[in-house]
Amino acid sequence: MNKNKWGLILLGLAIFAVTVTFPFWYGKGKSTPPELSLETPEIAALDQKKCVEDKTFMRADHMKLLNVWRDEAVREGKRTYTAKDGRRFEKSLTGGCLRCHSNKDKFCDLCHTYAGAAPSCFDCHIVPGEVKK
Amino acid sequence: MTSSRRDFLKIAGASALTLVTPTIFLPAWAKDVIVIPPGQSLAPVKSPAARRWAMAVDLTKCAADCNDCIAACHAIHNVPAFGNSKDEIKWIWKESFASVFPGETHAYSGEKLQKLRPPVFCNHCENPPCVRVCPTRATFRRSDGIVMMDYHRCIGCRLCMAACPYGARSMNYRDPRPFISNIHSDFPTRTKGVVEKCNFCEERLAKGMLPACVEACRQKALVFGDADDPRSEIRRLLKTRFSLQRRAHLGTGPQIYYWL
Repeated sequence: MNKNKWGLILLGLAIFAVTVTFPFWYGKGKSTPPELSLETPEIAALDQKKCVEDKTFMRADHMKLLNVWRDEAVREGKRTYTAKDGRRFEKSLTGGCLRCHSNKDKFCDLCHTYAGAAPSCFDCHIVPGEVKK
Repeated sequence: MTSSRRDFLKIAGASALTLVTPTIFLPAWAKDVIVIPPGQSLAPVKSPAARRWAMAVDLTKCAADCNDCIAACHAIHNVPAFGNSKDEIKWIWKESFASVFPGETHAYSGEKLQKLRPPVFCNHCENPPCVRVCPTRATFRRSDGIVMMDYHRCIGCRLCMAACPYGARSMNYRDPRPFISNIHSDFPTRTKGVVEKCNFCEERLAKGMLPACVEACRQKALVFGDADDPRSEIRRLLKTRFSLQRRAHLGTGPQIYYWL
């Protein structure tokens, strides 16, 4: 009886450990972050292939930057952004970001889908190629 | 320590005296001295870019059957055409003289007045009731007088529509995108559940262009400019010609003027 009890406890602990760690090992290695395509004619034509800010910042914080742009452009009428290195850009999604990244489906969408992000930007802002729906 | 009633009154009296001392003796430390640094003035600070955008409509030139201004505005701002008046979205529209200026007509008004179809816009009020009622500050008044919509913040509560005495605001009851015949990519569309109205073409003003309606008017019936600038054309004309404003008695300070 005593031996049986320990067996049950260990079995219970094992089930507990498996259940708790399930999200960490299930699906591991099955999906990898998508390779984003920078192959657009607009980017190819650039002398200096650099986004508004550096790549790591843009990758992690582009949404924060866009939110600041949105508020400054709409509410304060400040429509020009000066980057850390002094280059100036118009704060615009359709007329700025998408001008270089003209491949929204292979750039924006690919990563948003992978990350499960559903930004509502494009409900109103226009993707130039998608105009004719 | 216990104090007597007499001691308490003495202390209270002395304390009360200290309150009036500065006004009686006017010691140096109680003087309110304002030092104006050389080269500065006490006049209110006004930025040189401050403006008061306003528009005037010359009804003697505006043709009743012409809709060029409406077509130009609605095309560049992606205003949908739902094809029914219930869902209608309008930035500029035309109405009869009697409904634009209620109380300005009477039984003997001439045919000329009755036939007029003045174009009506958002009045970009000096004291906008829509701004006062907006719970999210989605609509706000800029320093240049433009009453602007931040579509990102609009929750579609329609309080602004109830507050606006001009009916200048329209609600997107349906998804507008399929009803825009030709999407103009320089300006965003709106989504279902968002209110919209004329923005005095602020996106064009930012680029130094005139509003689309003013540019589209072949009769040159629309005059746009800075009413704060005494040298501007609109200011000069407002000074010389008698003008009407819509429902000015409500105290909203409308900035669309009409010449008859």
